[in-house]
Amino acid sequence: MIKTSNIIHKFSDSVSFEFPDIICEQEKTLLVLGQSGVGKTTLLHILAGILKPTSGDVFIGNTPLYGLKGHKLDKFRGKNIGLVFQKPHFVQSVTAEENLFLAQKMAGQPLDKKLSAELLDALNLNHRKTAKTYEMSQGEQQRLSIARALINKPRLILADEPTSALDDKNCEEVIKLLEQHSENVKAALVVVTHDNRLKDFFSNNIELH
Amino acid sequence: MSLLKLAWKNIIHNPLSLLLNLILLTLGIGLINFILLVNHQLKDKFDKNLAEIDLVIGAKGSPLQLILSSMYHIDAPTGNMSIKEAKPFLREGHPLIKRSVPLSMGDSYKGYRIIGTDYSILELYDASIKNGKKWQHIYEATIGASVASDLGLTLGSTFKSSHGFNDDEDLEHEHGTFTVVGILNETGSVIDQLILCNTESVWDVHNHDHGASISADADDNSDHDHSHDDHSGHDHDGHDHSEHDHSEHDHDHGDHDHDGHDHDHDGTTVHDHTSDMSRSHLLEHEDQEITSILIQYKSKTNFQALSMPRNINQNTDLQAAAPAYEINRLYDMMGTGTKALQLIAYLIAIVSAISIFVSLLNSLKQRKYELSLLRVLGGNSKSLFSLILLEGFIMAILGYLLGMFLSNLALSGLTNNLSEKYNYQFESWIMHGLEIKLLAATILLGLIAALIPAILAYKTDIHKNLSHG
Repeated sequence: MIKTSNIIHKFSDSVSFEFPDIICEQEKTLLVLGQSGVGKTTLLHILAGILKPTSGDVFIGNTPLYGLKGHKLDKFRGKNIGLVFQKPHFVQSVTAEENLFLAQKMAGQPLDKKLSAELLDALNLNHRKTAKTYEMSQGEQQRLSIARALINKPRLILADEPTSALDDKNCEEVIKLLEQHSENVKAALVVVTHDNRLKDFFSNNIELH
Repeated sequence: MSLLKLAWKNIIHNPLSLLLNLILLTLGIGLINFILLVNHQLKDKFDKNLAEIDLVIGAKGSPLQLILSSMYHIDAPTGNMSIKEAKPFLREGHPLIKRSVPLSMGDSYKGYRIIGTDYSILELYDASIKNGKKWQHIYEATIGASVASDLGLTLGSTFKSSHGFNDDEDLEHEHGTFTVVGILNETGSVIDQLILCNTESVWDVHNHDHGASISADADDNSDHDHSHDDHSGHDHDGHDHSEHDHSEHDHDHGDHDHDGHDHDHDGTTVHDHTSDMSRSHLLEHEDQEITSILIQYKSKTNFQALSMPRNINQNTDLQAAAPAYEINRLYDMMGTGTKALQLIAYLIAIVSAISIFVSLLNSLKQRKYELSLLRVLGGNSKSLFSLILLEGFIMAILGYLLGMFLSNLALSGLTNNLSEKYNYQFESWIMHGLEIKLLAATILLGLIAALIPAILAYKTDIHKNLSHG
């Protein structure tokens, strides 16, 4: 689960964000809606342990994220948080499957080829596993980035605008996959987006202003 | 998927810049190693062939030429000297001289030099007989190991010598068919490349050629019996025959019957060709010539010995040259060329480092999102730092391996050419002892080139990169 308390982030004296407290239990979902410029990416990065907030902290389980320093935070993030980005980015020089292996390696997890094969199968990417990521279609890339977010069985899955570039059909498919697989690994799912279509899929949502 | 593998994949992901980096690196390292290989072997050969020779005495001319021709057998001799002049140094019992080796040159067979000498040369180069025996009679030859293997000569093989040192059939002597009676064990020194015979054989070949006084009996040279001291002043070096006018021969021969083989020898100069000419015998032929003398001192630190070269050069028509000094001079001369080449090699290596630096920096710009991604996935700053360093490292190793391969390939390609010219075998695919240093330097080069990109990767601001990704 994830919980935040009193997060404030100041980029400068004139630009600062104050975020409402967020809580999302294991196997539950939360939609964070907000228009451009309200600090969505900032919040996401704070939640992911990428950007240390000026004040406040993020708890994953009982661990205060920003109580961790340096490479411990990196390791913790790799192991416990799966990130899905708006534009899927991969390591270009290796194959789709190897991108999953890399996620295991970077998080300090043992190589589990069986798990990656299962995930690729579940996300209908089995036939693309030796493809380079830049050879894949947008939909395939988005599914692969979901597979990567899931590979280490994290406690939290964070998705940043996962659907904004997709049509309605693909949008629904991606959200269904995210929900289904988060549940499978017993993770909390937090989606940050401006995409109002997603309101229909989530019972819990928060709007940023 | 280890970092090393990822680094490798990243490198080959960009084949064009890899190619450019490797070409430069390979050229730089290859050239450096090539110079090292050649230098190492030249020094090795030169040092081996020093054979503790302290002095070379010969006709006046260039001292370096004298050394090169008499010790390394790669240049034309300076000319000849008469035995009369050389006598003091050849005599046994000289107070300063431990060993002296007379050399008579001028002929070769298929590029291998024929040296008229005595058995002292075997002691000098520590050579021993592998097959057969030492040369004894006139026109008997004992050949070095390389001569035997390269020319396929075996015991009993016969050959005719050619005038000069090039393999030129037009210059083949009509007289003098040598027979191989012995083959030496390999020594690694220059004697491997030589055809040894007694001094008379060399004289005889030239006497036949230049002496109109003696009729042709080339095929029957084993048992003829004439006095060699009759034929004075032949230039074994053989480029200037004008001095030897025949009247001299006529005079010398007096009333010998030149048409027949039945030379009427009288007096003490008659000698028996069935035995090797002993040193004292050699010295009796005062009017004959030899090319040079290799000398070992009894004591290298003896004051008189040290002043011997100067005495010879100032007070006689002979020239004395000290190998150690002349060879150092030669190294100095070669050094200028080598240094220029080395400088070019270093420059190329530095350019290759710059090229690696630029290509890593460029790829870093393209990959800043990727690097942030690795951080998001749990990799830490140190992993990114190591990743970039590894990329430089791998390129350095590749460049090193290719450079070593290329330099050895080039040398083995040149070997034939060099061995034809100088009769020196350059070996490729050997170690010269500096490989590890070169490897370390190459790796250092790769790491230095990768250092700044690696530091930039270390400092990756993932929030910033991902926000603008």
